[in-house]
Amino acid sequence: MLKKFGAVVLTAGAIAFAAGAANAQTPKRGGNLTFAISAETPHYDCHGSETYATLHFSAPFYSTLLQFDLAKFPQVKGDLAQSWTVAPDLMTYTFKLHPGVKFHDGTPLTSADVKATYDRMRNPPEKVVSPRKATFGDIASIETPDANTVIFKMKAVNAAMIEHFASPWNCIYAAKDLASDPNFPRTKVNGTGPFTFVEHVKGSHVSGKKNPDYFKKGLPYLDGFKGVFTLQAAAMLNAVQGGQVLGEFRGISPAERDRLVAAMGDKIRIEEQSWTLNLLVAFNTEKKPFDDVRVRKALLMAIDRWGGSKGLSRISTLREVGGVIRPGSPLATPPAELEKLPGYQRDMAKARAEAKKLLADAGVPNLKFVLWNRNLAMPYTPAGIFLVDQWRQIGVEVEHKQSDTAPYLAALNSGNYEVAVDFSNLFMDDSTLALAKYLSRDRSPQNLSRSTDRELDKLYDDHVRERDPKKRVALIRAFEKRVFEQAYQQPILWWHRIVPTHKVLMGWKMSPSHNLGADLAEVWLNQ
Amino acid sequence: MTLALETPAVIRQPRGPVIEFCRQQPLGAVSFFIICAMMFAGIFSEWVAPYDPLSIDFASILAAPSWEHWCGTDAYGRDICSRLIFGSRTALVIGFTSSFVGSSLGAILGIASAYFGGRVDNIIQRIMDILLAFPLIVLALVVVAALRKFVLGGVDVNLIFAIAIPIIPRVARVVRAAALSVRVMPYVDAARAAGYSNTRIIFRHMAPNVVAPYLIMLTAFIAQAILAEASLSFLGLGVTEPTAAWGLMLSGNAADFYREAPWMIIFPGAAISLAVFAFNLFGDSLRDFLDPRFKV
Repeated sequence: MLKKFGAVVLTAGAIAFAAGAANAQTPKRGGNLTFAISAETPHYDCHGSETYATLHFSAPFYSTLLQFDLAKFPQVKGDLAQSWTVAPDLMTYTFKLHPGVKFHDGTPLTSADVKATYDRMRNPPEKVVSPRKATFGDIASIETPDANTVIFKMKAVNAAMIEHFASPWNCIYAAKDLASDPNFPRTKVNGTGPFTFVEHVKGSHVSGKKNPDYFKKGLPYLDGFKGVFTLQAAAMLNAVQGGQVLGEFRGISPAERDRLVAAMGDKIRIEEQSWTLNLLVAFNTEKKPFDDVRVRKALLMAIDRWGGSKGLSRISTLREVGGVIRPGSPLATPPAELEKLPGYQRDMAKARAEAKKLLADAGVPNLKFVLWNRNLAMPYTPAGIFLVDQWRQIGVEVEHKQSDTAPYLAALNSGNYEVAVDFSNLFMDDSTLALAKYLSRDRSPQNLSRSTDRELDKLYDDHVRERDPKKRVALIRAFEKRVFEQAYQQPILWWHRIVPTHKVLMGWKMSPSHNLGADLAEVWLNQ
Repeated sequence: MTLALETPAVIRQPRGPVIEFCRQQPLGAVSFFIICAMMFAGIFSEWVAPYDPLSIDFASILAAPSWEHWCGTDAYGRDICSRLIFGSRTALVIGFTSSFVGSSLGAILGIASAYFGGRVDNIIQRIMDILLAFPLIVLALVVVAALRKFVLGGVDVNLIFAIAIPIIPRVARVVRAAALSVRVMPYVDAARAAGYSNTRIIFRHMAPNVVAPYLIMLTAFIAQAILAEASLSFLGLGVTEPTAAWGLMLSGNAADFYREAPWMIIFPGAAISLAVFAFNLFGDSLRDFLDPRFKV
């Protein structure tokens, strides 16, 4: 009897506990989220940007066709698309849009808006920059049989096309806005996202309020948000610690994590994951002497990535040594193979001796240049300091020039630099995305080295069409070998993501990319 | 009645100004010694510093002070002592140049303002009033943000101007006051009567007579300029990594690691304090030594 009673009590307790836990996880409505953005976007246009600063600013105002399901990453789910079908030959993609979606200005969303958006990305008008032009170059035509149906017909197979439709950069714009001014989205906001634009105070913050007509019923949970620009890491940490902001969704360094944990104890939540992001060295191949492969190769060979990884991972978000694909992901080149490629040798004395010889052969034994870098403490400054040190060891004198995001991007995009710390900001591990940065400049505006290499372009195209996984991997390896032997640009190290959030902040999901999950639709405050 | 013979007065042998300064101003002498040590370290950094200040050593990250690294190492394993020694060069070059440029321009404007008087004086002084309305660091921040960087010979010329501009009105005001009393001296009237040009009168006859306040302001503002450079570097607007600079050593990684490696902030902080203290004290002592009103 007693046993039975005990069992009943335990069962009742378990049910009560479970109910309580479930209740604790039930999203609460209302409240305003204030979070930190550690860089200020130079403009509002998702299509023309490669920095998270634009997405953390703009994503809450926009929708995309599909989006990554962060709970089941890398699976995708619908956003504006209610449903979709893919033809067995991968040559046709048909999307059915949610009915009754409205832009923030009240204009109904139709398939024409989706078509105008994708046309802008794959075939940008004059004076419009589209870094993802190469990715969508395989689209032959876009058809809009009715207001809620969009059909993409492909020129050639792209095995990762469905993931590309989920790219967070593909914000859907209104066709009428683009018709009035192709650069409308750079300076104005009109989306279909969970929040409507309130204000952007330069140097201070961006804010938005709940979109009452959001097409996903019941969302967003928040009444509004405010993204505060905290360019100084110390200011950001103080704001998180003091509760002025409830999180920073890009990532912090190990030391910053330790400081927050020591100061805040169980009030702070720390999530960690490897990152689909790397810093790379880019040489402007249109400027002398960086048009000479010997000079570029010498500079890459002087970098001790393996040693740097051990040291820099203690003080920065830089961690893994990798090739063009994220280390540890299925298509990544294993370390044993990487070591055979220029720039990845373990015998640094030998590599540096060879590098000095290459510089002497190229006629620049006392090379001097300016290294352009972004004025972001983490991890751009450690990377810059590291590179300057590495190049000094082969007698190269470097002036380290750090500037804010806007002038830095302007210099890199206009080719007004010699050598730069660039970044490859991916949102998934697919090779078509990772390799696109290294294509010839006329195919990929992301290629800041401004190189033209038709052999690389061919290898890329062949790998995109290849359905045999083994042959595909072989083509990726051949592509990577060619990139590093020509030394146009090369990853320095891959990042490790550490995200701090207050425990009252709920519904935000960690992923390997800081570009994902920035729309804040499902975020809520447990207070 | 006999007259007592008076003991003949001891006639002091004239001593050199340096010895006289040390005798009259012992604290000033100490500060002068510190300044000389700084200058020596700055000029001969390559020979004095035990390590290359830019050389990364990941095996020695955040090493505590020891015989090997007297002031410890930073987050990159760089020797802090070597970076302090090289940092004194940055501090002195920017501090001295900014102060010299600012004080010299201020002195010229101050003398011209006093000499011409009237409308010229009014215009110059109102402009000075506007500049004086801003604290030194705030004005330097505005100027450095507006001018961006212009590196010449490894030195950011615009940073020097950013620090020099706020110094100008402060020196101009003091020098003008001194020049006003010089202007009414007979020799200035005589020079004017002799038909000398205004430029000649200002530079040959008035400027040498306001050298004392000029020198005092110059030395005093070196300290302020060093502090401004350190502050701007701390705020990310001065020199950039990996240049060895005291203010820069206090920012960046130092903010992350000061709990586990307090030497990363103690030594650069002490260097800044010592340099500022030395230049301020030396300026005060120089004023006391040169100004006859302070001689009893």
